[in-house]
Amino acid sequence: MNEISMTVNGETVSHTVEARTLLVTYIRDHLKLTGTHIGCDTSQCGACVINFNGKAVKSCTMLAVQADGAEITTIEGIAAGDQLHPVQAAFKEHHGLQCGFCTPGMIIAAVDMINRYGNTLDEATIRSELEGNICRCTGYQNIVKSIKAAADEMTGSSMSDQSSTSSAS
Amino acid sequence: MFHLTYHRPTSVEDAVHFFTNGADAKFLAGGQTLLPTMKQRLAAPSDVIDLRHISALMGIGSTEEQLTIGAAVTHAEVAASQQVKQTLPALAELAAHIGDPHVRHMGTLGGSIANNDPAADYPAAALALAATIHTNSRTIAAEDFFTGLFETDLQEGELITKVDFKIPTKAAYAKFANPASRYAMAGVFVARYADEHVIVAVTGAGSDGVFRHRDMEAALSDDWSVEALTPTSMNESDLLSDIHGSAAYRANLVKVMAQKAMKTMI
Ligand SMILES: Cc1cc2nc3c(=O)[nH]c(=O)nc-3n(C[C@H](O)[C@H](O)[C@H](O)COP(=O)(O)OP(=O)(O)OC[C@H]3O[C@@H](n4cnc5c(N)ncnc54)[C@H](O)[C@@H]3O)c2cc1C
Ligand code: FES
Ligand code: FES
Repeated sequence: MNEISMTVNGETVSHTVEARTLLVTYIRDHLKLTGTHIGCDTSQCGACVINFNGKAVKSCTMLAVQADGAEITTIEGIAAGDQLHPVQAAFKEHHGLQCGFCTPGMIIAAVDMINRYGNTLDEATIRSELEGNICRCTGYQNIVKSIKAAADEMTGSSMSDQSSTSSAS
Repeated sequence: MFHLTYHRPTSVEDAVHFFTNGADAKFLAGGQTLLPTMKQRLAAPSDVIDLRHISALMGIGSTEEQLTIGAAVTHAEVAASQQVKQTLPALAELAAHIGDPHVRHMGTLGGSIANNDPAADYPAAALALAATIHTNSRTIAAEDFFTGLFETDLQEGELITKVDFKIPTKAAYAKFANPASRYAMAGVFVARYADEHVIVAVTGAGSDGVFRHRDMEAALSDDWSVEALTPTSMNESDLLSDIHGSAAYRANLVKVMAQKAMKTMI
């Protein structure tokens, strides 16, 4: 057994886990943060994507012990109280989800790509950056639209007239 | 997954020491290959040794002749590195198209070449860029390093520390990615050196993993043009044939990718 401690959504958490425990299992079963999903066992779907030390990673493809000492943000940690994060608000506004299963991973991935590309994030880049996030419902159109709208709003470069109604920026 | 013991060394010596003391130990770099394999119970190491906290395996440096990348440097770091973009843009480009952003944030150069997946991208770069692979005990030329499907010249417990890539005058990599996995169905790395000799390395297609395409190398060393590739050919019996594509399909794809790589350089 291993003693681990990390910061999750701004709070320090400590537990004893087996070395073989996956980070996603730790997040869902030990921390009860069930917004992070498991959609496959081949590391391909992205439903489990979280932010690990500032980078989007697949929490199903990491051991919880590897994250000892890390800073983690899950979907539960991005809103400011009742106020949705601009990416969440844009998904709501632009119908970026249907069943919602892929959405937590999509949103964490979207925040990560907006951080990296800023106002240079165009539609083609969004589509290629979504390579690791699979959605079985939407056909991606509205996911791409949501991410573009959020990126425009967050970087203040809105050139389209479809700006998000979110007031959370 | 089965029971295992986790180690987090901060030096190469300690990593090797933990490996030697483990019954059936495995180095764990980005985990983007090893963990999926363990989840499917195709691997069940007694010990995993995390390489992500060893500073000697990090870092990127270059001289006029070569670019050196630490074994634990991630694909995302290579893709974003100004130094790589300036000295060997084709390598930054290659790294930027491995898998997806999340895989690139974790997966490492050392893990990729140690694994030697027949459809992985870095092995093609290592061969075409006449790489030298440094380990905790010796140096190995890329030519001698890749020995077959998922096979390398690495000995039990031998740890890759860094890789030197020779800097060519021109280089390009073209890959036809499997639409589902993003691994190469055929990936061709073409590099030309100051003395005008050319190395062409092919991944994704060979039934023995990455290989050099000598026929294309001779043609391009002789005549540096897209047209020079037209008469070159491949022995289909040396190529993979699977659900994703027949050997004949891959043979054609190899030529098309080589032409595509050449077109970006001429
Ligand atoms: C969805 C998905 C898509 C992918 N797409 C691609 C793709 O398009 N192209 C591509 O090339 N790859 C692809 N990969 C593989 C990815 O690049 C992996 O990161 C890489 O193959 C292994 O690197 P790693 O650092 O994750 O290694 P690990 O998974 O940690 O290790 C792999 C093996 O290498 C050994 N090892 C690791 N580091 C060292 C070292 N320094 N010395 C000695 N042995 C070592 C380990 O013991 C293990 O046996 C993909 C993976 C996934 C999950
Ligand atoms: S659960 Fe599918 S990638 Fe992690
Ligand atoms: S909304 Fe159902 S999987 Fe994406």
